[in-house]
Amino acid sequence: MLLLVAGFCIQLLLASSEAWERFGLGFLVSSEWDPAAEQFGALPSIIGTIVTTIIALLIALPLAFAAALYIVDAPKKISIILGYALDLLAAIPSVIYGMWGLFVLAPLMQKTIQPFFVNTLHLDAIPFVNSNYNGFGLFSAGVILSVMILPYICAVLRDVLQMTPLVLKEAAYGIGCTKLEASKDIILRYGIRGVLGGIFIGLGRALGETMAVLFVIGNMMNMPAGIFDSATTISATLANNFAEADGLQRSVLFALGVILLLMCLSIQIGSQWFLHATKAKRGEK
Amino acid sequence: MGIKIQTQNLNFFYGNHQALFDNNLVIPANQITAVIGPSGCGKSTHLRVYNRIFELYREQKATGEVIIDGKNILDNDVDVLELRRKVGMIFQKPTPFPMSVFDNVAYPLNLHYKLDKKAIEERVEQALRGASLWDEVKDKLYSSGLALSGGQQQRLCIARTIASEPEILLMDEPTSAIDPVATLKIEELMDSLRERFTIVIVTHNMQQAARISDQTVFFYKGRIIEYGQTKDIFTNPKNKQTEEYITGRFS
Amino acid sequence: MRHRSLFLRKLKNKILTIFSVCAIGFAISIMLWVIWVVIDFGKEALSFDLFINCSAPFGSMSYGFANAILGTLLITLGAAVLAVPPALLAGIFLSEFKEYTRTANSIRFACNVLMGMPSILVGLFVYMIIVVPTGQFSGLAGSIALAILMFPVIVQNTENMLAMVPDTLRESALALGMTRMRAILYIVCRSARNSLLTGILLSLSRVSGETAPLLFTAMFADSFPEGYWSQPTANLPVLITEYATNSPFEEMHQIGWSAALVVMVMVLLVNIFVRIFFREKKYGN
Repeated sequence: MLLLVAGFCIQLLLASSEAWERFGLGFLVSSEWDPAAEQFGALPSIIGTIVTTIIALLIALPLAFAAALYIVDAPKKISIILGYALDLLAAIPSVIYGMWGLFVLAPLMQKTIQPFFVNTLHLDAIPFVNSNYNGFGLFSAGVILSVMILPYICAVLRDVLQMTPLVLKEAAYGIGCTKLEASKDIILRYGIRGVLGGIFIGLGRALGETMAVLFVIGNMMNMPAGIFDSATTISATLANNFAEADGLQRSVLFALGVILLLMCLSIQIGSQWFLHATKAKRGEK
Repeated sequence: MGIKIQTQNLNFFYGNHQALFDNNLVIPANQITAVIGPSGCGKSTHLRVYNRIFELYREQKATGEVIIDGKNILDNDVDVLELRRKVGMIFQKPTPFPMSVFDNVAYPLNLHYKLDKKAIEERVEQALRGASLWDEVKDKLYSSGLALSGGQQQRLCIARTIASEPEILLMDEPTSAIDPVATLKIEELMDSLRERFTIVIVTHNMQQAARISDQTVFFYKGRIIEYGQTKDIFTNPKNKQTEEYITGRFS
Repeated sequence: MRHRSLFLRKLKNKILTIFSVCAIGFAISIMLWVIWVVIDFGKEALSFDLFINCSAPFGSMSYGFANAILGTLLITLGAAVLAVPPALLAGIFLSEFKEYTRTANSIRFACNVLMGMPSILVGLFVYMIIVVPTGQFSGLAGSIALAILMFPVIVQNTENMLAMVPDTLRESALALGMTRMRAILYIVCRSARNSLLTGILLSLSRVSGETAPLLFTAMFADSFPEGYWSQPTANLPVLITEYATNSPFEEMHQIGWSAALVVMVMVLLVNIFVRIFFREKKYGN
């Protein structure tokens, strides 16, 4: 098993060595992408991956937290049914979300949501919210991702809320907490391991998700100027270009794979480290 | 002696199951009232009405009146948050929050009051001294509350509760999960808290009730069988069931 | 002492409550929306012919995706054959042989890493170790990729479910004079059989909708999956992707939707079936 993982890393590195030799670490910060001139840079893909993930988490986290709170306190029958519904939401294959995004969400974004943001709310005053939009792009991808990771995060939060010992809950309410205060300050702190675990599962999925993003991100190898711009992510670039690529470009794609892998691994390691570093503060022995 | 809590015709239901029957009780201010009775007799249930903590559970319901300082706390217009500040509760198991010793005490303070940093530090120290815990934890205020021993944790919970200046302390078998030495310490502590608070303690341990309380209430099968001065109850019970329980013929 | 405003604290709490209801409503309505859209679009082109005809390039007389359905079944089945036995063994090992802590911990670690790995990277990996050396895409390579995705999920599920079997049952089996292996296989595993099966079926339904790894491994073919072992093999997810994104023709989109409907119905049916038949009979409750 470990061998498998290690072998995987080595394979990827070997396959991408040509790209690393050619571009060095400048690969990470270059935004050029010109297969004809054999010039490649990873920055647009990296930025796209990070931005879509952040948008997804920003949308999904508060929703998941609120939904989990509701499910836990709902009457038993309702909470069971809602639990099933969330499981089903998680079970729908990503390619179907992709189609939904392509044929339903993107047009809706273009015709209703984005004009509303820009023309009615004048959000284009905020930096990185641009006024030219076409429905595809970082924002749409982030929205789809948030729908996809919502059930995962929600399920984990629900378990955390349910597994809190009753006495702790009663103690929190006993000193006069409101539900919000008890959940936020006491219960989530108590279950922080599970909570972070849930967030990181969501994060990992959002980082690596390919199909749903591929359909709506617009697949432009340029640096996006704002969140309504078409862009690309690492996994979308891989899926899109792999079939036609050979030689140097293929090596470049493997190099992108290495970057994605490193991002995922560092998130896992980072979460472990975070848990370790904040142990005393949280009150674990 | 003033009356702090007056219970009238209190009935309590777990769904369809009735757990308390027409409880009538007067609890005097600034005294320790011990509630005794065999397990499952409803004494904890009775206590949990006083701060309406039972409302966390959908299927639990109380009817009747519990009058604290002239106000029926079961009325809808009573503010539960304010009630729970005024009526603090200590549980069977120590329940320190997952944060540092200092934050455990400061948290409820911050919840209810707007205070600057210095005032909080003062009050935390006061509360910890009040719970005779200060000397033991003053060097580890910022380490976890969960790292303390069981007895210390329970006193931390007491400190946490008295920090927000309640008037009544409800204690639900506070020493049942703690070793005898630590129990003794908590009993001493309760004795010193008597002047400032009205204390109601549910206990399994009759010696404990006899040692620390001014008034004793005997519960049996959801009914209040007898209550009065502790020395009267223990030396000269009027009711036969009380006598049998106290002399240990059933438990 | 100045009291904090009760009104404000309660207002915040009220807002949270309303937000909770909205959040759960949002999640559920998105799910219903996606399902409804797929059914609505998918049913138009859905016909019996689709289930018996082979897929073909645009312009030919007959349309269908019978080959893709067969291919998906074959690939998923292959993945199950490859992943389930070793994963069950590993799970049993983790939960029953507690004395080998170091081995167990490294297996757990590897599983966590694998779980956090994006599926597209798994596809890349299999591409490198199978497709490149053999020189061709194949259904088998697709099975291997899906098996790698399933493996850690089943291991974890097996471990968790076996951990829920009470120790007294193990002890009484051993006390009857059974050997350890026999006790584990006949008593412990049997008593957890339903939950193990649930885990396997759910992970199967999960990977059957995976697309990204298949792009690099099984690819696609307009023929029946005779070449499972050595040639590109048709499958539904890739068919959906191809028809929805790479085809400008309305008919192809239609067929893509119908295929999406088929996949979704398969996945949801498995999920609902498993939940209804196995949930209630979990060991111990």
